[in-house]
Amino acid sequence: MSSFLEVRGLVVRYGGIEAVKGIDLDIHRGELVTLIGANGAGKTSTLNALAGLLKPAEGQIRFEGELLTSTPIHQLIQRGLALVPEGRGVFPRLTVEENLSMGAYTRKDKAGIRTDLDQIFHSFPRLFERKHQKAGTLSGGEQQMLAIGRALMGKPKLLLLDEPSMGLAPLMVQTIFSVIRRVASEGMTVFLVEQNARLALQAAQRAYVMEGGVIRFNASAEECLNDPRVRSAYLGEES
Amino acid sequence: MKSKVWLGLLSLALIIALPFGTDLILGRSWVRLLDFALLYAMLALGLNIVVGYAGLLDLGYVAFYAVGAYLYAMLASPHLGMHWPLWALLPMGALVAASFGALLGAPTLGLRGDYLAIVTMGFGEIIRIFLRNLNVTNGPAGIDLIDPIQIGGFSFGANHSLLGWDLPGIYSYYFLFIILTALIILISHRLSDSRIGRAWSAIREDEIAAKSSGLNTRHLKLMAFAMGAAFGGVSGVLFAGFQGFISPESFTMGESIMILCMVVLGGMGHISGVIMGAILLAILPEAFRPLSQFQQATFGHVWLDPANLRMLMFAIALIVVMIIRPEGLWPSPVHRRELHANDSEAGSSQKAAL
Repeated sequence: MSSFLEVRGLVVRYGGIEAVKGIDLDIHRGELVTLIGANGAGKTSTLNALAGLLKPAEGQIRFEGELLTSTPIHQLIQRGLALVPEGRGVFPRLTVEENLSMGAYTRKDKAGIRTDLDQIFHSFPRLFERKHQKAGTLSGGEQQMLAIGRALMGKPKLLLLDEPSMGLAPLMVQTIFSVIRRVASEGMTVFLVEQNARLALQAAQRAYVMEGGVIRFNASAEECLNDPRVRSAYLGEES
Repeated sequence: MKSKVWLGLLSLALIIALPFGTDLILGRSWVRLLDFALLYAMLALGLNIVVGYAGLLDLGYVAFYAVGAYLYAMLASPHLGMHWPLWALLPMGALVAASFGALLGAPTLGLRGDYLAIVTMGFGEIIRIFLRNLNVTNGPAGIDLIDPIQIGGFSFGANHSLLGWDLPGIYSYYFLFIILTALIILISHRLSDSRIGRAWSAIREDEIAAKSSGLNTRHLKLMAFAMGAAFGGVSGVLFAGFQGFISPESFTMGESIMILCMVVLGGMGHISGVIMGAILLAILPEAFRPLSQFQQATFGHVWLDPANLRMLMFAIALIVVMIIRPEGLWPSPVHRRELHANDSEAGSSQKAAL
């Protein structure tokens, strides 16, 4: 199988500090892949490099066979990459509907945008109920839904999610993860960076485990859930 | 619907009657003050695009006012012997100022917040120092005998009379400024409700999310700088023609801060609020003038220099307003909700978020 997203030898440096020390990643079309690891393992740096938010010091990122490394960030969405940033990142003073249409900013097909908007309101009835409300007045979970919905409005081929469970109540985390699973089951390729390893592994097909800037191992999510190393380090169980 | 039409007609009548009433009650100098208030309203609306809409703190905005004013002064005065008409200079002022806006914007786009403020402040000073030291701008002496604004055969500087009323230039300028202010209000309103306007608020609120939604934040910020500057340039052109004399001293950093105060005091991002802020701050210092007469009458001596005293009162008024109403005197409804989350219904929804 040829790789949909292919990362080779990615290095991210902040001044003299190497946060990501030459990692390889492969994501195939239609997969839900997760990257788990402790705080400071380099997960977010990896994702930010994929999303164009920071320039990798070394290495290559190929998407559908084409080099991404020099594409300006605002063109990535047109290439098919959408990021849902950490901490939700909605536009608090715009309404729910305006937030969603901002996600379709680069698209020109008015009719298609309309259809997709209806589709998203259909999948997220809570957003539909609040479509004229300012995004800043939504609950944390609703804002996370909105951020995902906005990313989907750009009609991406690959959805990059950064810590979607962060700061949410446990019940809301469940809801968000069922949303992510549903989006993936509808055929979207998803790359999920998450600290809540158990939930991420339950949702994903494959996982990369990151530690100190390198990939410790890479296996199917099921294997990871049963692996004693993962169980003791990330799932909080005695080995 | 019908009551709206009546309300519109009533406000129009008030706007037309305002200079006449002011002249009768307060005297002619106050009509002149009204003209200045309108110039400030145009400036504040221009800065509002940069600060209020796009969220870029600009402390050198007066530079664009200066560019417009000097353009008119040089091309319509005996200084260089050129007398270009307004219809050519007004769009030119907008265009040249917009280019200066882009010139300032381009190298500073990577900067945010405090850093941007410092660089823009420096830019404002650079322009003023250039104007002081160049020969073509006549250095610190400034440019005198600038042509009054003229459209067709109608000179705005001359005396006219209408139905037995003697109408000096300040009246004609008042109506010209009202029309241009209305135009700028219309453009501002259209902008805030447009695709670009929404993109600006997106950048202001979350730049990363905006970028990853595919917004070209570089272009959009440049556009905000250029558009805000264009309004500044237009006000500058009008100022030069109205005043008849300009010098670098009219374009100090204090002016930039004053315009920023108008935007913040009135209510950032809210057109009506910004206009109110501009008119209030333009008129307030003048309203404090009688204080010195009061001192003279009670103590037989002016203890505090009226100019300083006015600025002191003015500063106190500003501080008090900012403590009591940080969102501005007439904010947009959303902005008010955000800053008073605890004492309104928004408070309960915030609790729900937890």
